[in-house]
Amino acid sequence: MKYDSVAELCALAKEKNCLISDLVIAQQAQAQEISEEELLARMEQSFLVMQESVAAGFQEGLVSTSGLTGGAAYQMKQAVDGGKTICGKFFGEALAKALAVSETNACMGKIVAAPTAGSCGILPAALLTLMEERNLPKETIVRALFTASAIGMVIAKNASIAGAEGGCQAECGSASAMAAAALVEVCGGTVDMVSHACAIAIKNILGLVCDPVAGLVEIPCTKRNAAGVANAFVAAELALAGIESAIPADEVIWAMKKVGDSMSAALKETAEGGLAATPTGKRLTSCVFGERK
Amino acid sequence: MDVFDIVGPIMVGPSSSHTAGAARIGKFALTILGQPVQKAEIYFSGSFAKTYKGHGTDKAIIGGLLGMDTDDTRIRTSLELAKENGLEFSFHETEIENAHPNTVLLRLTGIEGKTVAVQGASVGGGNILITKIDDTEVSITGKATTLIVPHKDVPGMISDVTNILARRGVNIGRFELKRSQKGGTAVMIIEVDGTVDAEVNDLIARFPNVLDSTVIAAI
Repeated sequence: MKYDSVAELCALAKEKNCLISDLVIAQQAQAQEISEEELLARMEQSFLVMQESVAAGFQEGLVSTSGLTGGAAYQMKQAVDGGKTICGKFFGEALAKALAVSETNACMGKIVAAPTAGSCGILPAALLTLMEERNLPKETIVRALFTASAIGMVIAKNASIAGAEGGCQAECGSASAMAAAALVEVCGGTVDMVSHACAIAIKNILGLVCDPVAGLVEIPCTKRNAAGVANAFVAAELALAGIESAIPADEVIWAMKKVGDSMSAALKETAEGGLAATPTGKRLTSCVFGERK
Repeated sequence: MDVFDIVGPIMVGPSSSHTAGAARIGKFALTILGQPVQKAEIYFSGSFAKTYKGHGTDKAIIGGLLGMDTDDTRIRTSLELAKENGLEFSFHETEIENAHPNTVLLRLTGIEGKTVAVQGASVGGGNILITKIDDTEVSITGKATTLIVPHKDVPGMISDVTNILARRGVNIGRFELKRSQKGGTAVMIIEVDGTVDAEVNDLIARFPNVLDSTVIAAI
């Protein structure tokens, strides 16, 4: 198993009649020369940090290191707890958690890059919200993180998970696909459904540029984490309903690579294009770094 | 690449390249110095020079120099901690030619007077590449346990060192030898599987023509 394609993962899981996470756990324990218990214990550490990073982000009065952002997660949480959300408590909780982890990151708090710091809110928000809603055991979520990782490895191999190489689609897109895949597995979907969820999630965010104001992981990253978890639920819901992606996951990943390659450098984390280049983006930049930029 | 490269690293934000990678370069440099840092001159190049304040790259580098890992929340207050610990530091913006955009050069002096200059780049996702140690160009990712052995450029050195590793059952994954000039100082950079205990390092350091030996644990 080389994580060369989503198709390979699906075929192997079908052949062995197991979950993708089962395959990945067995293979990774072997490759890292540790027992499955040790491997799971290590992933549990990541899971615990994810939980802590949600809690940390819900504090009132949070302000990022640069001073540009903070407090959005608290506001969203207030709206959810006050019953003021359009899409109900579950969805509002997911958005609030994504904002919380992302804001914890911007405040130099501890997070788990998943796959990157810029997109760190999506995977925990998706899985922790589902876990709470359905009273799932921690072990289920820890195992699902391996399915998410496997999808991430395939994307990293065949396209990119770095905004500087592939734009935001490579970060929040990859995170959405990883989260969607994990959600489908936890909800009892088939391995084909996992693959379609991955494909749909990336398709929905294909072409999204990385244009951070002042080059900092804040504007628009925090809100794109909220959008990313929404996208993960869209993809998972469609796939679990039996809706298939017309374009297979591996071809979607290939397309993401091609789109990333053809994207202008100004739109790949250099803070020279998109939102970073707007009058307000430039004004905020000079607020942080002074006038020289 | 393994699952923890994707779901991970566990790190203090906000940026895997500008914060986590920077802390790793700092800690790597500290290990090479081999003693607590008394004075650090930090030269930021490229993107690091432009954005180090907003990303906390300065705090991350100092945190690393104080021995902190990427997930140590004390990184947030590392500048204050450094002052309390008597670590004297200064930041400079520079442009290192032909270097990766996220490059930093650290000129360090240890409390016992040893000095070293380490140049490294943060190449994405918290991964690093150490590109220069003093005047020797190197290429170290820190992904595997790495032995750095500066020695006199005389015959038999490679066999002496690798023999010790062989006898201890240590498998070499990558071997690189660099020298500035014939008969001068050469450096072996050896990446191995698993870990290496301190005793092996001591045995290597005991060879008369070995100038120093440092084992750096995989990150």
